[in-house]
Amino acid sequence: MSSAPQLDIDHVAHLARLALTPEEKAKFAQQLGDVLHHIEQLKKVDVTGVEPMAHAAPVFNVWADDVAQPGLPVELALKNAPAQRDHMVVVPKVVE
Amino acid sequence: MSSELFFQPIAQLAAALDAKKFSSVELTRAVIARTKAVEARVHAFNSFDEAAVLAQAAASDARRAAGQARGPLNGIPIGLKDVIAVAGQPLTASSKILANFVSPYDATVTVKLKHAGAVLWGRLNCDEFAMGSSTENSANGPTSNPWDLARVPGGSSGGSAAALAAGEASATLGSDTGGSIRQPAALCGVVGLKPTYGLVSRYGLVAFASSLDQIGPLARTVEDAAIMLGAIAGHDERDSTSFRTEIPDYRAELKTRRGPWRLGIPKEYFGEGLDPEIGAAVEQVIAFYQKQGCEIKEVSLPHTRYCLDTYYVIATAEASSNLARFDGIRYGHRSKNATDIVDLYFQSRAEGFGAEVKRRIILGTYVLSSGYYDAYYLRAQKVRTLIRQDFMNAFREVDALLTPTSPMPAFKLGEKADPLALYLCDIYTIGVNLAGLPGISVPCGFTQSGLPIGAQLIGQPFCETDLLAIAHAYEQAHGWNTKFPFL
Repeated sequence: MSSAPQLDIDHVAHLARLALTPEEKAKFAQQLGDVLHHIEQLKKVDVTGVEPMAHAAPVFNVWADDVAQPGLPVELALKNAPAQRDHMVVVPKVVE
Repeated sequence: MSSELFFQPIAQLAAALDAKKFSSVELTRAVIARTKAVEARVHAFNSFDEAAVLAQAAASDARRAAGQARGPLNGIPIGLKDVIAVAGQPLTASSKILANFVSPYDATVTVKLKHAGAVLWGRLNCDEFAMGSSTENSANGPTSNPWDLARVPGGSSGGSAAALAAGEASATLGSDTGGSIRQPAALCGVVGLKPTYGLVSRYGLVAFASSLDQIGPLARTVEDAAIMLGAIAGHDERDSTSFRTEIPDYRAELKTRRGPWRLGIPKEYFGEGLDPEIGAAVEQVIAFYQKQGCEIKEVSLPHTRYCLDTYYVIATAEASSNLARFDGIRYGHRSKNATDIVDLYFQSRAEGFGAEVKRRIILGTYVLSSGYYDAYYLRAQKVRTLIRQDFMNAFREVDALLTPTSPMPAFKLGEKADPLALYLCDIYTIGVNLAGLPGISVPCGFTQSGLPIGAQLIGQPFCETDLLAIAHAYEQAHGWNTKFPFL
C-alpha cells in the first residue's frame, strides 16, 4: 500500500479558519494520518468510466417560482446574534 | 406489555386515550415523573421544558374532547434529537458553539408532528453535530445505556435511543448520516428507521453531511415506527432534495403485506470483526424467515470494504462546508479574545467546536483542498456510484437485505478512544446512507450479559412499506420489545 501524503496541519487549519493549540496539531496530525492511511485503499478501486455521484436521489434542477415569500422577521433573524444594533449585526471593524 | 404508561407503544396509548382510560396530561405527567426518576443516571436530555409540554398535552386533550383528535399521535409525548429545530426551544447540536441558540422557526418534521397532535418533549443528547457513534462527543457529557449504565447507548442519536429505552418518551426522532438512528436503536433494544434519502424533509435539521443526512423515528414497535414515518414523510418545497412521491398509509399496509419475501444475505456483512453472539442472533433471524417460506439467498456487495473510506471522505467534505457557517458573526458563540475579524473566525471556531468536530472539519477541508480534490473527493464520489450499483444489482434478485446492525453490542464508556476504532462501529450501516436506501434496525435478542442486539433490514428506494412489513412479521413472532431495562 502506498503511504498517505503528509497532511500539512497548519495549512489545512488555516483554510478551515480554525485556531489549533500545539497539542491539538500534534494529536490531530497523528490521528488523521492513520485515517488517511486507511483511506488510501480507495486508490485500489478501478473507477475508469464511472460517473461521480453527488447524492442518492434522482432529483435534478429543482426550480421555484420567482415569487416573493414571507421570510423570517428581522427581530427573529437577529435573536441569536452575538451583538446587534439598529437591526444590524455588529462586527469588528473590517476596513481602516 | 408493561402496565407502566411510559413503556407502552404509541398504538396502545392511542387506543387508551381514545377510550378515555387516561388523558394526555396524565400520560405526559407519567413520562415527566419517569424522566425525573431516571435522568440523573441516563442523561438522555440536553434540556426539557415541563410547562411547554404540559400545555401541549392539555391542548391535545381539549381537541380530543371536542372530537378533533388528529390521529394516533394526538397527545403522545415525542422526544426530538437536539439537531431538529422547534421554534422557541434551544437547539444546541450538543455543541458549545450553539450553547445559547434558541430556534427562531420549526423544522418541517416539527410542523408535521405538531399537525399530527404530538406533544413535543425535550431536547435529546447526541454526539456534537451528530458526529460520532457513542454520544460521548457531546459538549453536555455522555448519555448512558439504560441496559448497562457503564456502557454507551450508541450514537449519534444516543439520547433518542436511551430516552425511549428508559421510558422517558413514547417515541423519538433521530437523524442518520452513517447509522446514527439504527446503531443506537440496536444498542438500546428499540426499533430505528432511516428512511430513503428524500422521503423526509431536512428543512430545520442542523446539517452535517447533506447528501447523507435523513431524519427518522426510533420507536418501541415497528407499528409505532410506521405511525411516526407516516406523520413526518412527504415532499417539502423548503428541501429541494425531498422527493415528490405518494405517501402510503404505512401502518395500514403492515396488515396487507404478508410475503413471502426474497431476502438477500450479503456475505461481506458476516465476516471478520463481527461479534459471535451477534452473528448467532442474526442467524436465528434468517432461520425464522426461512421457516416462514421466504427465499434466502446469499448475495455479494463487493465494494462493501470501501464504504467506510468513501463515507469518511464524503461526509467530512460536506461537514467542513456546512460548518463554515459557524463563524461567530450572525449567531452562535463569538470569541472575546479576537484581535480582528478574521481572528474572530479562528478563535470562535476554536473555542466553540469539540475535538471530533475539529478533526472532521480538518479532514474534510483537506480532501477538498487544491491538489487533493480529484484524488480523494472525486474518487470517493465515483466509488459511491459503485457502492450504490452493488445494492441495485442485489435488488434484482431480492426484496430486501438482512444484516447485523452493529458489529458489536454496547461498549464501555471511554473504551474506544481512538477515532478510527470508533469509525468501525458503522461498517454495516454506512452503505445504506451512501446508496440513499431505507434501513431499519429491529431488536433480535440479547447477549449473555444482557445487552440488546439488533438486526438490520435494508430495502429498495421508497419501499418502506415492504421494509416495515418484513420487520413487523419478525417482531410479531418474537416480542423482544416486551422486555425493559431495570432502572
